[in-house]
Amino acid sequence: MAWTPDQPMVSLKDVHKSFGELEVLKGITFDVMKGEVVCIIGPSGSGKSTLIRCINALNDIQKGSITVEGQEVNDPRLDKLELRKKVGMVFQQYNLFPHKTALENVMMAPLIVLREDQQEVEERARMLIRKVRLEGKEDSYPGELSGGQQQRVAIARSLAMNPDVMLFDEVTAALDPETVKEVLVTIRELAEEGMTCILVTHEMGFAREVANHIYFTDRGVIVEHGAPATFFDDAKDPRTREFLSQIL
Amino acid sequence: MEAFFEWFRWLYDETGINLTFVYDAYDRERMIDGFLMTIWLSLVCLFFSVIIGIVGAWLQGSPLKWTRRLVNGYIQFFRNTPPLVQLYFFYFAVGNLLPKVATDYGGEAPLLGNFAWAVISLSFFAGAFNVEIFRAGIEAVPRSTVEAASALGLTRLQTYRHVTLPLAFRVILPALNNNLVNLVKTTTLAYAIAVPEMLYVANQIWSDNVNVPEMMIFLLFAYIALVGILVWSMNRWERSLKIPGFGTS
Repeated sequence: MAWTPDQPMVSLKDVHKSFGELEVLKGITFDVMKGEVVCIIGPSGSGKSTLIRCINALNDIQKGSITVEGQEVNDPRLDKLELRKKVGMVFQQYNLFPHKTALENVMMAPLIVLREDQQEVEERARMLIRKVRLEGKEDSYPGELSGGQQQRVAIARSLAMNPDVMLFDEVTAALDPETVKEVLVTIRELAEEGMTCILVTHEMGFAREVANHIYFTDRGVIVEHGAPATFFDDAKDPRTREFLSQIL
Repeated sequence: MEAFFEWFRWLYDETGINLTFVYDAYDRERMIDGFLMTIWLSLVCLFFSVIIGIVGAWLQGSPLKWTRRLVNGYIQFFRNTPPLVQLYFFYFAVGNLLPKVATDYGGEAPLLGNFAWAVISLSFFAGAFNVEIFRAGIEAVPRSTVEAASALGLTRLQTYRHVTLPLAFRVILPALNNNLVNLVKTTTLAYAIAVPEMLYVANQIWSDNVNVPEMMIFLLFAYIALVGILVWSMNRWERSLKIPGFGTS
């Protein structure tokens, strides 16, 4: 059955993930519709990062099902390239290629993976660098950029593949408070343009502002979820309330 | 030029220091050929040993258990045996097992000559060390950087070629440098299977002229110069690969 845009873009059903004996995800189920912005919050070690890494098959899962636009991720015959064309990912530590300039970082995947025309790719890359407000930094190496600038290059690098979903794994956790803002502005613009986003974040204010739906995870399960307004002001579960009281 | 050559003949007459390979045209030609042979042998072996290092390190990261075992077996074999024994093994043992080919004069010749065997043997010898050197460099590239490439849809080979290898190169150049210097010096072993490289030619010249000390001193200086040029160009290369803000600056 072909996937249509009225079905969930990303769908997780009873996802279990273990590292050896340690079970980190114990049955996670949720759907993300096209254009939705979903934030996953929770204490450290609750499996948030593992969860979104499973969505683009950087981690495998032991039980359950993850589909992206109807394509099953938990399948040994999975075409990882097809999946990764659809799913962009931004990491906490930026993970730029240090031997390439900002522009080259953005151009690399479309050139090598999609084998697109050099000139078209360069045009698009320059446009994306403008979009993340780094005009003039095209020829700088990652080592010459601040953390916030590197993270924005990383976002542009993911966008260059024209993904349908973007995964953000604590992308501001390694930044100082001043540069956090410039990265969040970029993500908010993306969300406003209708990009489907799944974010793992500790920025509660930001989550409240941009998210359509919040999931709170603890010890491998979703404890509570809801729209931001009800979630933040009217949490039911004691664990959620305790977590929020420590953070807010 | 003639005057220059003649000065060395005069030097011999006056002092007994006999540098025949300067003033004697026949010896001079032999020496130049030997020198060029050493350079050629070194370059070919450098090239193949680096290729072996790159491919071997790639295979070592293979998900297939037997591929990894094969590479490790190769490394153990070539690292734990003396290069001279390897050379004899290839030339006398393996060479004898190969079919002979007919020559133009109706005789038979071995399929591979001594130069080819020297290249094979020395390249595999230095290559075994290069695999380990490259592996160290590959392990120095953060897993997260490789993961980012994979998340962008690059295959394992594309990641190796465009991300891991260029970064590893910058880490391993000093170690690679050392091994390549060793390789240039080890080419003298080809003497043992009569490849007419510098040491072999020097030996012929001192047999004819009984000027062993002069030839020995010349040999040492010639290798100092050769290795010096190699080290100098490797250092230049290392500097040209420097990335702003990456690694030790």
